[in-house]
Parts: sequence; C-alpha cells; structure tokens
Amino acid sequence: MSGRTLFEKVWDGHVVHQLPDGGPALLYVDLHLIHEVTSPQAFEGLRLAGRRVRRPDLTLATVDHNVPTGDRTLPIADPIARRQVELLIENASAYGIPLYDLAAPEQGIVHVIGPELGATQPGLMIVCGDSHTSTHGAFGAFAFGIGTTEVEHVLATQTVVATKPRTLAARFAGRPAPGVSAKDLVLALIGQIGTAGATGHVIEYMGPAVRALSMEGRMTMCNMSIEAGARAGMIAPDETTFAYLMDRPRAPSGAAWTRAVDRWSLLVSDPDAQYDLTVEVDASTVAPQVTWGTSPGMVAGIDGRVPAPSTASTAGEREAIQRALEYMGLAPGTPLEGIPIDRVFIGSCTNARIEDLRDAARVVRGRKVAPRVRAMVVPGSMMVKAQAEREGLDEIFRRAGFEWRNAGCSMCLGMNPDILQSGERCASTSNRNFEGRQGRGGRTHLLSPTMAAAAAIAGCLTDVRQWTLADPAEAEQVEAAR
Amino acid sequence: MTPFRVHHGIVAALPRVNVDTDQIIPKQFLKRVERTGFGPALFYDWRYRPDGTPDPVFELNRPKARGATILLAGANFGCGSSREHAPWALGEYGFRAILSESFADIFYANSCQNGILPVRLRAQEMAELFHRAAASEGPYHLTVSLEEMSVVDGDRFTARFTMEEYRRAALLEGLDEIARTLLHEPAIAAFERRRAALHARLEA
Repeated sequence: MSGRTLFEKVWDGHVVHQLPDGGPALLYVDLHLIHEVTSPQAFEGLRLAGRRVRRPDLTLATVDHNVPTGDRTLPIADPIARRQVELLIENASAYGIPLYDLAAPEQGIVHVIGPELGATQPGLMIVCGDSHTSTHGAFGAFAFGIGTTEVEHVLATQTVVATKPRTLAARFAGRPAPGVSAKDLVLALIGQIGTAGATGHVIEYMGPAVRALSMEGRMTMCNMSIEAGARAGMIAPDETTFAYLMDRPRAPSGAAWTRAVDRWSLLVSDPDAQYDLTVEVDASTVAPQVTWGTSPGMVAGIDGRVPAPSTASTAGEREAIQRALEYMGLAPGTPLEGIPIDRVFIGSCTNARIEDLRDAARVVRGRKVAPRVRAMVVPGSMMVKAQAEREGLDEIFRRAGFEWRNAGCSMCLGMNPDILQSGERCASTSNRNFEGRQGRGGRTHLLSPTMAAAAAIAGCLTDVRQWTLADPAEAEQVEAAR
Repeated sequence: MTPFRVHHGIVAALPRVNVDTDQIIPKQFLKRVERTGFGPALFYDWRYRPDGTPDPVFELNRPKARGATILLAGANFGCGSSREHAPWALGEYGFRAILSESFADIFYANSCQNGILPVRLRAQEMAELFHRAAASEGPYHLTVSLEEMSVVDGDRFTARFTMEEYRRAALLEGLDEIARTLLHEPAIAAFERRRAALHARLEA
C-alpha cells in the first residue's frame, strides 16, 4: 500500500461514517464559520424543524459580505443589508454562537479573521458558506465552501456529507523574480489548467517556491483554488505555519502548544503518496499576471497581449473570448501594459492581509495616485487595519491619494455601496473578474497588491518589476528624518 | 424537497461556457433572508436591458424557450461563488433539470439539495442536443428520467448518465438530508467522545 497524502490524512481523521459502495462519507466539522449572507435561511430552516445548533462552541460568526466600509458610527443605510446583519446578531445570540459584529475590534472578512484569531489550525476540517473557504488550507486544514442547505446541516449535526475528492499536486519549482508574488503564481497555474482544471480535486501546493512563501502568500494561493474549480487547496504546515500561529488568541499555549506542534508536524504527504494529477509550474519564468477577460483563467503576463479569439482550441472557448473582449472593451493584440484604468481596489479575502498592504505601500510610498484614478484600500480585518496604522501604512496610502477604509468584502463582490459604474475599468487584488462582479458593466483586471498599487500611480496597467520600491528599513529612516 | 423521478419539458439552450453563479443570480439580489423571491432575478444582467425591459436577444427570452423547465448549459456551469441562491433562482423560474458537460462542485451539490437534477452528459451528446434545440422550429422537448438515468427526445436521441447512488436516492425520494444524517447520531456522538478525549490529552 502506498503512503497517504496530506489531504488523505486529514480526511481519514474526520470520517464519522462511511457510506457503502464508494458513496460519500459523513465528516466531522471542527470549525464552522458563518456570515450574514448565506446563513439566514439556514437558521430559519433549523427553527422550522425545531432543531438546535449542535456545537455553538465550534461555530464562529462575523459580518463581512454586505457591511459598509465607510463611517461605522452610522447605521447601515441599505435596509435589507441591515436586516441581514441584525438577523445574524439575533441568531448568534439565540443559539450561543460567538460573534464578531461591526463593533468588535476583531471584525473582518471571515477568511482573514479565522487565521488571525488562531482558530484556523493544521489538520482541522473547516467549512463555511463561502467558496473562498479554501483559504484555510494554507495551514494544512481541509477547508471548503458549502451551500446554505449544507450550512443548516452542519449547524444541526456538526457534520457534512462529502464525496472524497481526487488529488492534484501543484509543484512550483524555482524562485520567482522580484515583484512576482503568490497571486501571480496561482494565476499562472489557473491560466495553465483552466477554471475547471481542478474540478473534483483537492490541490496540494508544494515545491520550493511554495515553501518560501509567508502564510499570507500561502493563504492567497489556497484562496484562489476555487477559481481553478478545486474543492480545496492545501499546504503542509511547517515552521512558517507554527511561527504564524504562536500566541494567537485561539491557538494552544504552554505545554499544549508543544504537543500541538508535534502533532501538526506529522501532517505531511508521505514520500510515496500518489496523486491523481500532477502539474508543474516553473516559478522563475512567471511574470506578474493580469487578467484580460471575464474568467480568472483568462490571464497573461503583464508583458503579454490581449489574445485573439482565433487562438482558442474549441468553438465554445472562441465564443467565450469574443464575448469577454466585447465586455472588457479590449481589442485583440493590445499590449496589457498601458491599458488605462479608472479605479483601483486593494482588498478582499485574497489580498488584504498585513503583508499585502506592506507590499503595496512599498510601491506607493512617496508617490501620488494618477489624477483620473480613484483608489481604495480596504483592509481584510479591523486587526489588519490597526496593525497597518501602527506601522504608518495608512498615512502612506492617504498621502498618495488612496481612500483608507474599514474592513469587509467591499468591492470584491459589490454587495455594499462600493461598486464600479458601467464601463469603469478596475485594477483589483480580488479573486473574480466575472461580468458585473464589481458592478454591472464594470471591467475587472485581477492582479497582485504591488501591481495594483503601481497601476494606481501610473493610471494604467504597468509592470511592477520596472519600478524602484521603497526599502522598508530605509524608508523608516527617511520618515524619521522628516 | 420535491422528488425527481421522470420529467418531460421544454428546453432552453444557453450555449455559453463557464457560466458563473454571479451571472445566474447577481449579488444585489442576495440580500433576501428567505429561500424564495429569486426567480425574477435569474440571469438578471443578461435577461433585462439596463432600462429593465426583457432583452429579446437573450436565449431564455426567445419565444421557443417560453415555459422551459430543462436547461442545456455549456461546460463548467455554476462556477464561482457558493451561493445557493443560484439553484433557488433556477428552481423558482421553473427549471427541474440542467444538462451540461460539467458542473462546478458546489453548484452540483446545491442543485441536488433543491430537487434540481444536474445531468452530466458527454461533450458530443451536448453538442447534438444544442444542435437539435437550435434546429427545432418550435419548442424542443426532452424527457429526463432519473429512474432510468436517461435523456430522450422521442426522435432517436437517447443518452445515458450516471449519478452517485446516495444523491440519486435522495432526489428520487425527496429526502431531507439532515434527517438522514441524524440516523447516524450514535456514530456522531461516538466520534465526539473520541475527539473530546484527544483534546483533553493535548490540553492537559
């Protein structure tokens, strides 16, 4: 018998009951994250059936999807959004579920605060009514998004019914060039395998370029797994993981910490483990990536051009490219570098953690946002925001002309007032460039935080590799001398 | 949940690949706290022009797709967001079955939870169905049988499909999954006891 993958080890540890004949398994859920948009109907179903929440202690709630990112002292203007937030508060209180509401210093995007609180840990089984739950796999957890009926199922039973996915090894060899981030690596992978390339699979990211990433980078990578169609993304925990988790509020401490690290260290794929698919990416050849279409797989290096529909291999893809170019207002053959933009959004569960903001600030420091461009930074959580303010990053952004806002999903999905107008073109660090995602008729180009920051300054898509960045230490001295 | 056994109905063809759940139900309609009321917003940005009138070019607005209950869709249908509002909207509009070469995982599960049958067919079979739907002068009809796991059009088109038995049984009988899982309460309770013992050891 061959060895087991990281995923198989975590899966095996959570099987409550295996249905016969290769059917699905009932898996135990260690952590159930909930938010205001996909939970109201689940609580309603629970109430109608007279059921209770089985493990409120393993459930954690926050508000993120529709919350305004402006002045928090005002009531939410949108009455329906307000109702969703109020309902979550009522439900959390009725069932005894810990909640980080708008007033909480820990409030933020559910996939940012889980790790930040130390609730996300290696080896856990984590679900949430949100597709980007794959983010938590960066810690070696098995984490995936579920629908609202499944949210109700987890609330009632603390289990989820799941068919065992296949495995895909994504190996990133080599060292990425300066200016090339985790976002670029994962976009390059999606460009290579397509948005359905990993459907039915769990991706395990591995190789030296993945090992070299910070936890923030690993979270960005796992976050985007769903954009390749994957059920989940995972990275084996190591010293980087343990260093991130140490002393976090919900992480173990003292002797329990040592025992936890010993256990977590076993969460690696065995050397002879078999994967159903293997994909190789040479990180050293990846350029900063920018999407040009309406699907994350429609992506190219910043030194590339908008492709022609005739380059597609199937009729379906040809039509998709045709439609995408019409929607995006782009002509085949246009160089990506130099495409003018109207808006810049630095935020989302993909790229709004402290390291993302530090990286973007290195580009922005001492520069000004281009006159026509409206740019905003929406930190992933109020703790990220507070940390950034302690480091003076807010001043760097503000001085350059960025709006500095409160935490939430914001313009990633445009459920709150932060949306694009029709025809506006946005350089965005979020995860989806779907038609209308950021506002009806809005045109989204996905890219990394440094690429977004550079686009804000230049007023167009630009290659951040050509830019001189502020050295963090040196910049501090300049600041102090002023 | 409404059981699904055999369904005969009119076909609407949407030959676009990678249709994401943001297209199926745009986010501005996700603020409802009920499971109903999403049908009128289905495919909103494609279905209506900016002035709010139906766009006659959109496939679902064509006369022969009127009253459609079976959707022919391009590959990777339902990708993107996990929003169950997508199958709620499709179901409320009247769709009982969706036929495609492939579906995104979460959307597939969500559809099954709502009595909407996602049918995976081969690329060649889908191409033939798209061709027949387009060539048909009036409405094109199909019969989808979950009992037989077949799709037929009464004019020599027959395709077979497969589905995981657990999901098939749930759809055929319209079973409530929570009630089904709670039959395993002793196994859940036993797992929780083992889990608690492990945590007690780790945290001692």
